[in-house]
Amino acid sequence: MADTILEVKNLTKYFKTPKGMLHAVDGVSFSIERGKTLGIVGESGCGKSTTGRCVLRLIEPTSGEVLFEGNDIAKYSAAQMRKMRSELQIIFQDPFSSLDPRKTVSQTIAEPMLVHKTVPKDQIRSRVHELMETVGLADRLINSYPHELDGGRRQRIGVARALAVNPKFIVCDEPVSALDVSIQAQILNLLKDLQKRFGLTYIFITHDLSVVNHFSDDIAVMYLGQLVEKASAEELFAKPSHPYTEALLSAIPVPEVGGPRRERILLKGEITSPVNLPNECRFAKRCIYASEECLKGNPPLREIAPNHFVACCKAEQFYQKNS
Amino acid sequence: MNGVNDDIVLQVEDLTVYYELEEETVKAVNHISFSLKRGETIGLVGETGAGKTTTALALLRLVPDPPGVIKSGKITVCGNDMLSLPVQKLESIRGKDISMIFQDPMTSLNPVFKVVDQIAESLEIHEKLSKTEAHEKALDMLETVGISRSRGGEYPHQFSGGMKQRVGIAIALACSPQLLIADEPTTALDVTIQAQVLDLIKDLKDKNGTSVIMITHDLGIVAEICDQVAVMYAGHIVEHGSLDEVFNHTLHPYTEGLFNSLPNINDRKSELKPIPGLMPDPTNLPEGCAFAPRCEYATEACKTTQPELRTVGGTHKVACLRYDETDFHINRGKKHG
Repeated sequence: MADTILEVKNLTKYFKTPKGMLHAVDGVSFSIERGKTLGIVGESGCGKSTTGRCVLRLIEPTSGEVLFEGNDIAKYSAAQMRKMRSELQIIFQDPFSSLDPRKTVSQTIAEPMLVHKTVPKDQIRSRVHELMETVGLADRLINSYPHELDGGRRQRIGVARALAVNPKFIVCDEPVSALDVSIQAQILNLLKDLQKRFGLTYIFITHDLSVVNHFSDDIAVMYLGQLVEKASAEELFAKPSHPYTEALLSAIPVPEVGGPRRERILLKGEITSPVNLPNECRFAKRCIYASEECLKGNPPLREIAPNHFVACCKAEQFYQKNS
Repeated sequence: MNGVNDDIVLQVEDLTVYYELEEETVKAVNHISFSLKRGETIGLVGETGAGKTTTALALLRLVPDPPGVIKSGKITVCGNDMLSLPVQKLESIRGKDISMIFQDPMTSLNPVFKVVDQIAESLEIHEKLSKTEAHEKALDMLETVGISRSRGGEYPHQFSGGMKQRVGIAIALACSPQLLIADEPTTALDVTIQAQVLDLIKDLKDKNGTSVIMITHDLGIVAEICDQVAVMYAGHIVEHGSLDEVFNHTLHPYTEGLFNSLPNINDRKSELKPIPGLMPDPTNLPEGCAFAPRCEYATEACKTTQPELRTVGGTHKVACLRYDETDFHINRGKKHG
C-alpha cells in the first residue's frame, strides 16, 4: 500500500477581478507519496505557484480538500494551521526578495525555530551552525546580511530556513530559476541530497522542463488552472499524450549538436486570459489537432494507462502514436 | 566600405572595458577579439557577470560613462570605426546598421507611447520617411513579428511579455540592420513563446542576411541558432570556435563544467556535476587563469600565469595552459581529427 503523504482533491482558487472571475486554479487533484517529488510544470500564469501556495494555505483556496497525512488542513483554523506549519515549508523563487534585508543569516535561519519553539533557546545557535553546514554555507557568513551574498548562497539560506523546523513536506517554487546554470546544479544536488537524508517530500514547481525531468518522480502539466496531463517522469517524456505537453517538450532547446531532435511544434498565439472561461477545451484555440468535438465541453482528466492521466478527448490516439 | 572586408560585418580587436569606481576597478571585459561575417550568428555564452552585456554595449558605444571606460580595442561595424566616430555619425548608425534587442521587454519599451509610434520613430529618423509612411511601415513590422495591425495603437502595458519582446524585435529590425545584437532575448519568456521568438529571429536572418550576436546563458539556444560560439568567463573569451567544435570537441574545462551542470533530457538518471565555487570578483581577478580556483585540472602554473587564447585546430581557440602538454585532454573532450 502506497504511503500517501498529501492528497489534493478538487482544489480551486478564484480571484475576483473587475472583468470577472479569474480561474487561477480550477479543480486540481493529485496525490504524492512520502519521500517522492511531484513536479508541476506550466507557463507563466497557468496557476502552478497558486496551487503550491493553496496547498500550504499561504493563499486561502476557494474550495477543495488538502489532505495532509489524512487530515484536511484546508478546514483547519488559523491556530491549528500555525501548528502544522512546521511540517509544511516553502522555498521561494527569488532569493533576492524573499529574505529580510535587515536580518543576518543566523537571524533568518533561527526565526522559524523561535516562532515554532521547536528548539530550546540555548541550543538555537548550535542548530543554526548545523543547518549552515547541511546546506553548505561557510561559518564565517553567519553574521552577513543578504545583500552581501550572491544568489546561490541566498538560496542556500532559503533552504536552511525551510529545514530549520524539520518539515516533512516542502514546496519548492522555482527554486533555481533565478540562478546561473553552474549554481543551479549545486542547489538541485543539495535538494536531492536533503531529500535522501531526511526523507522529504517535495512539490517542485518550475517552467524548466529539463530540470523537472531530472528532479521529479511524477510530473503534472498545468494549463490555465487545470492539470492537463500527469504521469511518471519517464512516461511523460516518452509518451506525451496531451497536445500541449507534446508542444512543450518539443520547444525545449537541447544543448546538443547533431543529435536527434523532437520535431518542433510551434503553438499559435499565447495563453488566453483565465477570466470568464468558456465551456470548451481550454487549449483548443492553440491546439493544432483541435476539432469541433473540442469545443463541446472541457475534457476531464482521465486515466488512459496505469498512472497516466490526460485531459484531452483524443488522448488515446496520441498515446498510441507515441508508443 | 572597402572591398576586402565586404563580407565582414563586425570586427572586434582587443576590446577591454573597465568600470572605474572610486575605490576599485571592475575589469568587465579583458582583451577580447572576434569577427562576424554577413548572415552569420555568434553566440556569446557565459554566466552572470561574465561580461557579455558589457561587450554588447561597447559595440554600440553605449557603455555608461562614467564609470565605464573602453580601455583599449578597435570595433569596426560595416567599415566604420565605432570608437572614433563623432557622435552625430554614430547616431546615424545606431538603430540603422546595428541595433539591439534588450533583455527585459517589460522595461525596455516606453510606457507612455503607443507601440506603433515606438517602431515608427527609427523609421522617421533613419529612413527619412514621412509620419504617415513611417506609421504604415511600422504596422507592417508589427505584422511581420506576428502581432495584428489593429493593436498598433495600444500601449505596452496592454501587451503580454512575449508580445512586448516581439515589439522590441520589430523596433530593432525596422531599418533592416546589418548587425543585430540580441541580449538574452528570450530569458524572460516561456518556452513555447521562446520557440516562437527564436524562429522569428532565424527567419529574419535567412531573409535579410542579418548577422546576429546572440547573448545567452542557455546552451540549448546556442545549439539551435548559432554558427560560432564564444564562451566568456570573468571578462575573457576562454573558448571560441564553430558550433560543432565547441559542442562536440569541447576543450576548456569551464565549458565542460557548463555542460555537466545541465540536466540531460535524454537520461534523467544522469547526475549533475556542478562547477564548485563561484565566479571570481571582477574587481579582484586572480593573478593567473581566472578559472583556476574552480578548475579540477588546474596546476600550480595555472595559478600564476594567464593563459592566452590560442588556436588549437581549425577555427577552434582555447585559453588554457594545460594544452601546452601534447597529450592533455578533458574528460568530455574528443580529440580533433
